[in-house]
Amino acid sequence: MKNDWTKPAAAAIPKEGFFKLEEGRYGPIYPKTPACYGFTIIAKIKPGREETIRQYGKTIEKTIAELPDALAVLKLHYLRWVLFDIGKDTYFMYQGIFDTDFDKYTEDAVALFSKYGISTVFENLEGFPEDWKTNSAAFVKFVREHQCPSFLEYGEYPYVSADEIKKALKLKAAFSDMLDQMQ
Amino acid sequence: MLEFEDIQHILLTRVPALTGRYEFLTFHSAEGGRAWLAEIIGTVQSSTQVRASVENDKRWVTVAFTWNGLRALGVDEASLATFPLEFRQGMAARAEIIGDTGANQPGNWVGGLANPDLHAIVILFARDKTERERCQAEYQKLVARCEGVEALSSLDLEATPPFDYAHDHFGYRDRMSQPVIEGSGEEPTPGTGAPLKAGEFILGYPDEDGPPANLPQPEILSCNGSYMAYRRLQEHVGAFRDFLRRHGRTPEEQELVAAKLMGRWRSGAPLVLAPDRDDPELGADRQRNNNFNYKQMDPIGYAVPLGSHMRRMNPRDTAANVNRRRIIRRGATYGPPLAENAPEDGVERGIAAFVICASLIRQFEFLQNVWANDRNFHELGNERDPIIGNQDGTLDFKIPKRPIRKTITGLPAFTTVRGGAYFFLPGIKALRYLAALDDGHKVQS
Repeated sequence: MKNDWTKPAAAAIPKEGFFKLEEGRYGPIYPKTPACYGFTIIAKIKPGREETIRQYGKTIEKTIAELPDALAVLKLHYLRWVLFDIGKDTYFMYQGIFDTDFDKYTEDAVALFSKYGISTVFENLEGFPEDWKTNSAAFVKFVREHQCPSFLEYGEYPYVSADEIKKALKLKAAFSDMLDQMQ
Repeated sequence: MLEFEDIQHILLTRVPALTGRYEFLTFHSAEGGRAWLAEIIGTVQSSTQVRASVENDKRWVTVAFTWNGLRALGVDEASLATFPLEFRQGMAARAEIIGDTGANQPGNWVGGLANPDLHAIVILFARDKTERERCQAEYQKLVARCEGVEALSSLDLEATPPFDYAHDHFGYRDRMSQPVIEGSGEEPTPGTGAPLKAGEFILGYPDEDGPPANLPQPEILSCNGSYMAYRRLQEHVGAFRDFLRRHGRTPEEQELVAAKLMGRWRSGAPLVLAPDRDDPELGADRQRNNNFNYKQMDPIGYAVPLGSHMRRMNPRDTAANVNRRRIIRRGATYGPPLAENAPEDGVERGIAAFVICASLIRQFEFLQNVWANDRNFHELGNERDPIIGNQDGTLDFKIPKRPIRKTITGLPAFTTVRGGAYFFLPGIKALRYLAALDDGHKVQS
């Protein structure tokens, strides 16, 4: 059974990033794997912008502290932002793991990025379209051009969505509360 | 301020038509096409005209073009390239994206709608059949005298009885929830939400995100225009009624099953406000029949299932950026009604409708791709829209219910897409601009 969460699973992915070409509104859809949907965007940053980007870590931390649901629509599990050097250049890596293919909520993501300043980080990347606010297509093109598909993904509890995990934890808490009430 | 005198009436006005006809055509010569357009412009009414004379008028005409049609009229390549990709590709090419696969695939479409030769549509709404036939005869004479203009196909529209309110062949009251455009002069009914910026539906105006951007060029061609996604949707009335009988023992239970699929009773009464029994008075009362939300009033979906048609097409306060996903719907039913208790007769009947919006990819295609056809919308796992989703008999429909929900498995397809196309709906000035193009025309800078 494909969606058996009790059985850890791995999937090797072809070079193009998908098993079978399936068109979304903005291009091919990257598949769901045992590690759910995700992307890895790697882009060179503009010279001298490293500190600016690092500062945004704090900004996003504060945003989420104040508005925990800010990114809810993106159905995320995890985000990881990494800066690293290759030679004299610095690169930014943005990895996300989520429960829906990115294509579906493209415009929502662009709107959120704008609202919460995430785009400001992107503006420090080389080649990011200047008219991204009014040009979803250009924004998406940048993301797709910088997406590096995984060639292997693994899930200890494969295919489980964040909502299912949250539901399970809520149930556990409710049962625990129920047992307390029965003492 | 909206330029009502330049906006084709279909964008802003609903007309009291009981019948009509769609004509699909192709232009073999640019000159012939422009001669045809120059003549038919005289019958195309603006919003200003229809508002002034709708009570006395007997017919209303709308003209729109595919991307290939704009080229066939002589629009040059530089200008054509400024139209958005999805419109340039056309609906048939984007079938997989919008869920038109399996039985719904363009290979099965009728009327030449998947054909690249489809260049234009004329939408005729008429007060009665006599007027429709008169217009049809006039129209045929026009086509005959314009060389290189050829009719591809047509579709006659007929309201389904009873005629005192609009409804589809399944019996659902139609035209329940429609966004209101800021500056249109219309007042939203309670629950409809604030008026939306005109740019969500009409090109050249600010939209919910700000000033207009990336308009097709030259501006005279795009301003006061819009896009229309045409959908010809066959309704399998026999299969629908069989389904209701299979899942409801009494007529009351069957009505409830029908209501759960839609989110409203067939009378139009919303399940949020009338969860247990129908309330036809509520259904007909525009001041009350749209006045509800989901987040507070029905978060689990005990009244309106999360997967029901209404909740998918407008999740109201339970989705992000809903103001960027609204659409204007126009259209009519076609085909003869199927008498109550009559078995399926195999005659095609359904709805032939237009989704009007400023961005096909952000509005129409999003609704199709995500809200109608994402199997996992709202974490539903194995569902698509029960009315317009791509159904192949393998999907479910879950009805939340205490103590445990009811799951209907193997939902049949109640509708089949029989055709569709993307049209650009120009403003009145743009129609004149197109009619006056010459073959050496270049985009003016």
